[in-house]
Amino acid sequence: MTEYNFAYLDEQTKRMIRRAILKGLAIPGYQVPFASREMPMPYGWGTGGVQISAATLTPEDTFKVIDQGADDTTNAVSIRKFFEHTANVATTTKTAEATVIQTRHRIPEDPLTDEQILVYQVPIPEPLRFLEPRETETRKMHALEDYGLMHVKLYEDISRHGHIATAYAYPVRIEERYVMDPSPTPKFDNPKMEMAAIQLFGAGREQRIYALPPYTKVVSLDFEDHPFDPSKAPHPCALCNAEDAYLDEVITDDEGARMFVCSDTDYCEARREAGHVGKDAI
Amino acid sequence: MTQDEVTPLLSVRNVQKSYGAIVGCTKVGFDLYPGEVMGIVGESGSGKTTLLNCLSGHLTPDQGQVIFDTRADGPRDTVAMSEPERRMLARTDWAFVHQHARDGLRMNVSAGGNVGERLMAVGARHYGDIRDKATDWLERVEIDTARIDDRPSTFSGGMQQRLQIARNLVTGPRLVFMDEPTGGLDVSVQARLLDLLRGLVRDMGLSAVIVTHDLAVVRLLADRLMVMKDGNVVETGLTDQVLDDPQAAYTQLLVSSVLQV
Repeated sequence: MTEYNFAYLDEQTKRMIRRAILKGLAIPGYQVPFASREMPMPYGWGTGGVQISAATLTPEDTFKVIDQGADDTTNAVSIRKFFEHTANVATTTKTAEATVIQTRHRIPEDPLTDEQILVYQVPIPEPLRFLEPRETETRKMHALEDYGLMHVKLYEDISRHGHIATAYAYPVRIEERYVMDPSPTPKFDNPKMEMAAIQLFGAGREQRIYALPPYTKVVSLDFEDHPFDPSKAPHPCALCNAEDAYLDEVITDDEGARMFVCSDTDYCEARREAGHVGKDAI
Repeated sequence: MTQDEVTPLLSVRNVQKSYGAIVGCTKVGFDLYPGEVMGIVGESGSGKTTLLNCLSGHLTPDQGQVIFDTRADGPRDTVAMSEPERRMLARTDWAFVHQHARDGLRMNVSAGGNVGERLMAVGARHYGDIRDKATDWLERVEIDTARIDDRPSTFSGGMQQRLQIARNLVTGPRLVFMDEPTGGLDVSVQARLLDLLRGLVRDMGLSAVIVTHDLAVVRLLADRLMVMKDGNVVETGLTDQVLDDPQAAYTQLLVSSVLQV
């Protein structure tokens, strides 16, 4: 473990990232450019999140990593091991015990507290990117609050599908100012973003950091006659019977049998330990 | 009421734009009154598009003033305005019709979305209302409303141009800039487009600045004409006066160069 500086990155790099984080917190939703480093993992595997975690972790922290809500997927296990190895921090799979949580694609079901930091891995930080490919132009649009185009995307959804079909990376407006990509979390998680914990977003390949201080106003964009709907699969969890959790659809055999289970594995396990039983629980 | 009592909608004073040593346009000045259509003609490279871009805020002139009679504050120099104010004008009181429809349209967004964009940019947040307005405008520019959800890339050149016009006029602008609106269209399509434009300009009481090299277009649409050559204005006057009795040598050449069928 001693071969590495604490949490892999050198101290100057961590200071640079912390400055970007502080600037991001001061201007909620604004994408702060930062000098993203090469990390020992491919782009798209969470290099932005890992750099933020490295700059945020202290030796006393307890670290948790989730990928699509689960603690036991390849990406989550590798990143957890990476920081066990390079920072020697305590790790956990329990949401309530963690002080820093790095996540990809989900926000934990249990409400976070003001003692916690949630770090998101972001593939494409620019919510306008698919509508306007030029970075010079999107920056100008953010600067001038020229956000008509964002609603054109939602309009297109309704005209094509009859409803707003964007189900993840659903654009939000921060404090009535910046339009922000909440990273590819399901829109079910959008209302949770007004939370007590600090939220930090890191995009390694795109070299951007943005942030939300606690209890920042986060509004999902919509139309008056097509209001935002944080929908999920209309089932209870097959293992723990939770009605309020976001569900994954799991195919269980070749005959098309399927079950819906909580995507937040920690939440599901805690409920089962507490005695909740779903219809397919073993 | 004489013209002295009416505030010009657009006053252009001594506008100049160079590209390094090359003069784009120089010492251009004119007044455009409400409801008036001004034609700018000249050969390729005469500076007419440069001038139009300076007037519409796409380019910043090196010197000169472009004073627009704003709804809120009266006449203001748009060159000295802040970028957000100019953009606001560009999507409310102004419209810009590009020569190539694909420059003015979003080709991967449906026709309805194209027409609705300006509405949403100024704060429309009711899908049903936006769609009703888009449908109404497609009818007014004679596009089959059944194609509201089709992308402009599936439209013919003439339809794309009409869609671009609908997209621009939906917010009820007062001043329209047009850069060769009929360029690249065949003559029968041109004729229908001109017919449509003439109707819209008259019905909505629009003021317009039309840049073209096609004298027939200005004869049909423009009240007044400005002839440009090498960045300079060589002749101005009423359209039929200039075309029927050209004074400057270059204008005489231009008028006599038109092919007769």
